[in-house]
Amino acid sequence: MSAPTALKKSGPAAGAPKRRAGKPRRAGWWLPYALLAPAVVFELVIHVIPMVTGIWMSFLKLTKMFIANWGNAPFIGLKNYQVALDFDSAVGMGLLKSFGITVAFTILVVGLSWGLGMAAAVALQKAFKGRAIFRTLFLIPYALPMYAGVIAWKFMLQKDNGALNHFLFDNLGLPGDKPFWLIGDNAFLSVVIVAIWRLWPFAFLMLMAGLQSVPNDVYEASAVDGAKPLRQWWAITLPMLRPVNMVLVLVMFLWTFNDFNTPFVLFGGSQPPAGDLISFHIYNASFLTWNFGSGAAMSVLLLLFLLVVSGIYLLAMNRRKDNA
Amino acid sequence: MHDTTGTKIFRITTITLLSIFTIVPIYVMVISGLKPLQDVQGAFSWWPSTLTIQPYIDMWKTVPLADYFVNSVIVSSVATVLSLIIAIFASYAISRYSFRGRTIFSTTVLSTQMLPGVLFLLPLFLIFVNINTNFGLQLVGTRTGLIITYLTFSLPFSIWMLAGYFNGIPRELDEAAKVDGCGPMRALFKVILPTARPGLVAVAIYSFMTSWGEVLFASVMTTDANRTLAVGLQLYSTQTNVYWNQIMAASVVVSIPIVIGFLLLQKNFVAGLTAGAVK
Repeated sequence: MSAPTALKKSGPAAGAPKRRAGKPRRAGWWLPYALLAPAVVFELVIHVIPMVTGIWMSFLKLTKMFIANWGNAPFIGLKNYQVALDFDSAVGMGLLKSFGITVAFTILVVGLSWGLGMAAAVALQKAFKGRAIFRTLFLIPYALPMYAGVIAWKFMLQKDNGALNHFLFDNLGLPGDKPFWLIGDNAFLSVVIVAIWRLWPFAFLMLMAGLQSVPNDVYEASAVDGAKPLRQWWAITLPMLRPVNMVLVLVMFLWTFNDFNTPFVLFGGSQPPAGDLISFHIYNASFLTWNFGSGAAMSVLLLLFLLVVSGIYLLAMNRRKDNA
Repeated sequence: MHDTTGTKIFRITTITLLSIFTIVPIYVMVISGLKPLQDVQGAFSWWPSTLTIQPYIDMWKTVPLADYFVNSVIVSSVATVLSLIIAIFASYAISRYSFRGRTIFSTTVLSTQMLPGVLFLLPLFLIFVNINTNFGLQLVGTRTGLIITYLTFSLPFSIWMLAGYFNGIPRELDEAAKVDGCGPMRALFKVILPTARPGLVAVAIYSFMTSWGEVLFASVMTTDANRTLAVGLQLYSTQTNVYWNQIMAASVVVSIPIVIGFLLLQKNFVAGLTAGAVK
């Protein structure tokens, strides 16, 4: 879970004055540490220790036999990584496939959610009667507990008693057999649509707030100059929304790439190969075969990938900002 | 400025299509919860053959939904309150003091937000199992264990959002309080917290919403004793009959508190969530 606020403040202590040697400590210097102490303790327990443990686990032959007492699991070095990255083996092949599916899933879901969110934000930018109703309506998929929304979709996508096939075949009268939506190749399309349904309201929310900070007279001035709406959007709206978009796209990327909930609830315990998203893949690799060492290695690989992509993204964005 | 025909068409099409996309699943959920069983077993119909509230009565017996509800309320509330309290102090320190280690702490908290939950799931599960083996303290299958895992996402989020919020409060306010003789803690409670109320509300809603909807940790760390709605709702499908009408009725019931809460406090939420990003 990522906070949009957070990314703005990635270098907060840049201006912090350094205490010079020999200078006496200010009274109450310990106060910030005392304030921070509970957070530090909890951070250690929930993040730092598990992460170190996870990295350590990835070097162990941590199979079913060693779970209750993993101190005895044999150290096997990079073996888990070798297997995960050996694309000729079943494990490596599965991971590579799942990675490819997740990349395609992420591009489609983030791109389309952004597009829909932007369209809705622009369409609701100017006041009209009933605007508040649509604004609220569009936020409901985001407000719903995620599993409730996904279960509703799961019901709609049933082959024989689902709403989608009923609409396509009974109402519209398409010829042929009703297809399965949750198994086979259609599963990919299904999970993409459900993920977009859940995510686009968030893009809408952020972009709508961003648009409020664009002064209206900029549009009026450009309209006097004869600019058409599409050109105004390109030349005014888009650049003004740059700070929001920067955060929004990164957050949506991380959420979507790591999405476990949507496939897990939509497909139940066993996902179809076409909907084998990476978090779900790692989960199954770990808990179905009880091979935690291998699962941990996959998690670390996923983490490295996300750090590299996020790092490149932030660097590229900052460079563009400096040049601008 | 007058609308051109193009903008009007764009606006009407966008709003219409997105309204349909948004409403249809919600409609299906609500209407199917009011159908008799034979209606949801055969071909779908847009309207029930007879309207009935029977699914809303039966759903409590098919699975122990009330127990799951209680578990969800307790776990989500405690996780929310706990992370809010810890985050208030931490964010105050980050926002108002410069001290050695601030960068390291902030960067660590920020980066943990980017990590996939599955990364923490495996080690936490193992650590819990080991604590049980070595100290006899049962965490898997208890509410305490679940609350700890929920902090993995609600705590960093709360710290960051509140720090952003506190940064937006002019320092002159708490400095004035200090001139008036308030100590730092009094300044926090008398000045900062009241001013930051919309931010506190937003953080609380967000934490509660994510905890209420959490599936990954809940599916691994729960047993019969502490199962939450997120996992409990899926148990309807493992019955011999798939009671889709009851599943939809239960979905409505678990959604109502959270959707109402969200819609009531929507303005706070929007302002709080976007404060840092838009500034």
